[in-house]
Amino acid sequence: MDHISIIGMASIITAGLTICIGSIGPALGEGRAVAQALSSIAQQPDESGTITRTLFVGLAMIESTAIYCLVIAMILIFANPFWDYVVSR
Amino acid sequence: MDVVGLKEISSDVVVIWQWGFISLNATILYTWMVMALLTIVSWLVTRKLSVGPKLSRWQNLLEVLVSAMRNQIREVSQQEPDQYLPFIGTLFLFIAISNLLAIIPGYVPPTGSLSTTAALAISVFVAVPVYGIADKGAIGYLKRYVRPTVFMLPFHVMGEISRTLALAVRLFGNMMSGTKIGAILLAVVPLFFPILMQVLGLLTGLIQAYIFAILAMVYIASATRAHHEKEENNKHLSKGER
Repeated sequence: MDHISIIGMASIITAGLTICIGSIGPALGEGRAVAQALSSIAQQPDESGTITRTLFVGLAMIESTAIYCLVIAMILIFANPFWDYVVSR
Repeated sequence: MDVVGLKEISSDVVVIWQWGFISLNATILYTWMVMALLTIVSWLVTRKLSVGPKLSRWQNLLEVLVSAMRNQIREVSQQEPDQYLPFIGTLFLFIAISNLLAIIPGYVPPTGSLSTTAALAISVFVAVPVYGIADKGAIGYLKRYVRPTVFMLPFHVMGEISRTLALAVRLFGNMMSGTKIGAILLAVVPLFFPILMQVLGLLTGLIQAYIFAILAMVYIASATRAHHEKEENNKHLSKGER
């Protein structure tokens, strides 16, 4: 195999693996956070404003790990520096 | 109409106008358009304000926005919001408007480019010590870095840098993925699905603007709050003694 096919294959497979493995953890974490927040709201409906705001901020924090994986996958597919180098050579 | 091609990850590469080494790309153009929209609308609305019970529709909208922002800032920071409203409110309004305008065809959200989000995150990175020093003085602010022991200094510095990076990449990733998913779905199932994802993208954009502003407020509040808590405790103590 020449360089182009090796780099293309490695980028695509790695991008898929990145997004699929990288979304497992945040999905579990967000599920736990939402479940806990729902039961907290059920227990204390008066505090639902504070709980919801904290939940959103926390979800954004958790979700950012998945977003990093997405950015890496996007870079691998759309803006891969090694691919550009090999193609330009 | 697709301004940014499927192959490009950011709107920086779309050069609209070039003169010598000065080039105007889509990100800058849309950023300035959003800024102009915000400025002109607020100028037009605040030109004739009324204090009576009869409000104009637009004044009512702006009052609802401003009072909601003040309430949120007060709840998060436990301080009076006047000092923080200009910075936090501007961040929220700019990001929210630039995300929400994505329903207009041909518009590319400037927040979908890493340059814009990095600039916003750097302004937060600068604002934290500015507010902290204005509140507690330079020495009082710098003491925070060596708070439990001196050995925590590198971790504090690393935390500041990584949370700035996280702010930038989070907003960029969310907005970029929203537009990218729309473009990919348009190529795969062009009938009805892209609209649903677009609607979801509007919701995501608003939530991201909210989160960006709230996180900036939390970071600033963490640089200024300890001082106030101590004051409050002292007040309570003196009251208790009396």
